[in-house]
Amino acid sequence: MGNKKITILKLSAAVAGMYLFSFALVPLYDVFCDITGLNGKVAQTSNAESSISVEGREIGLQFISHNNAGMPWVFKPSKEVSKIKTGTLYEATFYAKNTTDKMMTGRAVNSVAPSNAKDYIKKIECFCFAEGIELMPGEEILLPIKMVVDDELPDNIKNIVLSYTIFDSKIEHNLTMDHDSDHMGS
Amino acid sequence: MSAVIENHHDDHGHHGPAKGLKRWFYTTNHKDIGTLYLWFSFAMFLIGGAMAMIIRAELFQPGMQIVEPEFYNQMITLHGLIMIFGGVMPAFVGLANWLVPMMIGAPDMALPRMNNLSFWILPFAFFVLLSSLFMEGGAPNFGWTFYAPLSTTYAPPSTTFFIFSVHIMGASSIMGSINVIVTIMNMRAPGMGLMKMPLFVWSWLITAYLLIAVMPVLAGAVTMMLMDIHFGTSFFDAAGGGDPVLFQHIFWFFGHPEVYIMILPAFGIVSHIIETFSRKQLFGYSSMVWAMLSIAILSFVVWAHHMFTVGMPLAAELFFMWSTMLIAVPTGVKVFNWIATMFKGSITFETPMLFACAFVVLFTLGGFSGLMLAITPADFQYHDTYFVVAHFHYVLVPGAIFSIMAAVYYWIPKWTGNMYDERLGRLHFWLSFIGVNVTFFPQHFIGLAGMPRRIPDYALQFADWNMVSTAGAFLFGFSQVFFLFIVIKTVMGGKKATGEVWEGARGLEWTVDSPAPYHTFGTPPKVS
Repeated sequence: MGNKKITILKLSAAVAGMYLFSFALVPLYDVFCDITGLNGKVAQTSNAESSISVEGREIGLQFISHNNAGMPWVFKPSKEVSKIKTGTLYEATFYAKNTTDKMMTGRAVNSVAPSNAKDYIKKIECFCFAEGIELMPGEEILLPIKMVVDDELPDNIKNIVLSYTIFDSKIEHNLTMDHDSDHMGS
Repeated sequence: MSAVIENHHDDHGHHGPAKGLKRWFYTTNHKDIGTLYLWFSFAMFLIGGAMAMIIRAELFQPGMQIVEPEFYNQMITLHGLIMIFGGVMPAFVGLANWLVPMMIGAPDMALPRMNNLSFWILPFAFFVLLSSLFMEGGAPNFGWTFYAPLSTTYAPPSTTFFIFSVHIMGASSIMGSINVIVTIMNMRAPGMGLMKMPLFVWSWLITAYLLIAVMPVLAGAVTMMLMDIHFGTSFFDAAGGGDPVLFQHIFWFFGHPEVYIMILPAFGIVSHIIETFSRKQLFGYSSMVWAMLSIAILSFVVWAHHMFTVGMPLAAELFFMWSTMLIAVPTGVKVFNWIATMFKGSITFETPMLFACAFVVLFTLGGFSGLMLAITPADFQYHDTYFVVAHFHYVLVPGAIFSIMAAVYYWIPKWTGNMYDERLGRLHFWLSFIGVNVTFFPQHFIGLAGMPRRIPDYALQFADWNMVSTAGAFLFGFSQVFFLFIVIKTVMGGKKATGEVWEGARGLEWTVDSPAPYHTFGTPPKVS
């Protein structure tokens, strides 16, 4: 029969390897989502010219905004629903205001529905690509989006919803935990 | 399999167990440690069961009667964690400790001191987990699946203790698995090739590999939670660039193999019992081995069927639906083989056989509801309803737990030297069988009708079946106290068992005396 020590070493290496693998899943997941677009996030493109054409069709476009729990900013699209033409450059803005009396950094995360429309939305500019949006106390800002919806968009998609959630990117976990335990009524 | 055994009685006496409590703290004997694991899991089974009684008592009628919603959430969380990590898994490890060395003709486990350590850290893990009930903010309340950010940003402070207890449980499982694999790979009796190993040994070999592959991933997941909570990282926090859905992927990458960890040893046990009481050789031994291997491999590519509603693209939903349904094929092979083994056998229905037959029928039923859940479009309706609760309780209670009870009745004469009381055993079986079905079958109905899981109150139209379910739960719960009585009675005394115990039982463990001597197979038996 085999050598016990070798078996033990192999198995311990497997344990260590799987532990590291669990952490490797974090970047792997991002890469996988980037390649496949499974999580509905639209990436930035510099080359949207190829999508611009003259004979587009009309589709509905809706912007939705959410504030993550505990994020006090005012955050909303300047225009919620619009009709746009595919193949035409479209510009829109979101309004944001820091309603608190301290400087804050927000971060917007985007999502597309239906998710298979994702590949046909070419964003040239979006505030959602920024790592952080810094606003002084009381400061307001108009956040820009520039995009083209490709003509190749499948015919069965007649409406696109772009959703943005604003997060406080410097949130203190301990603060929220204290806040929550107040509600526990233990 | 036939075997020629020389029983070595000459080293008795001068090398028996130590006296008193020290025996249990210091022991490195696989039989002692197996006993410790089994009693520990029984204790956890009763504690987790008491929590289930609180849950069912609250659900007896609509409206809030007995507990606060916060406490109810703590109960469902701890019930799940304790039954999985404290009840089912240690019970199987205990059986492995007792049986694997005897079945392969080895004198002990390969790493006896690590064996002692891997048991004795378990009580501390569960002490830490249970103590969180008395902490400020209460015990973990986010369900046994502890999805982030519910378990990070919004969790009670005791979550840190939960994380450490999961780390300790993981360390214990990993050490136990290494021990099992090293024992099986290096210490089999001469002549016992891999394809001659008893199926329980095979099932544990595969289970141990699964544990080695996924317990470190669980440890990684809770470590990331710990860092998100205390060290300002953002693995699962979208505000910092993380992704909460990533948590679900990592969790279920562990979680799905975990459910097979809790059923593969049961497959092994049931194969032995059906073979013995049908008085026939098991039908399709090698297909049983291959079926278990394919189930184990497939378990790594089906995890996202737990999260169909999370917003996956069509291609992924289809892939996970089909890969999940594919698992029904090897499972079907196993069920077919068990039935083919019984076919034209001279069957008698002693208590272990009753439990094994109930296992085959009810586990298959749980498998069928699993197939229903695997249908992606249907799952959008069933997701997070009582139908899911009914499904996994059917595969875990009359599946895993019935197999453990069957194993206890089947091997307890070998462990104690005494026969259990057959009349009481059958009574326990029928009470459990009726109890389990009255409890969980109605949950299919209320689930399909739309009752959500993890809710302490419910709409009026679910009232009748919930009342039935609670009545069944108390019947099942109290019959397990009766089981405790039967086990203690058997340990204390009873009709003496022969070495063979069961007419026509196959396997090396039946070739030694009953009770099994403290040391067996000091000289390896020859397997032909």
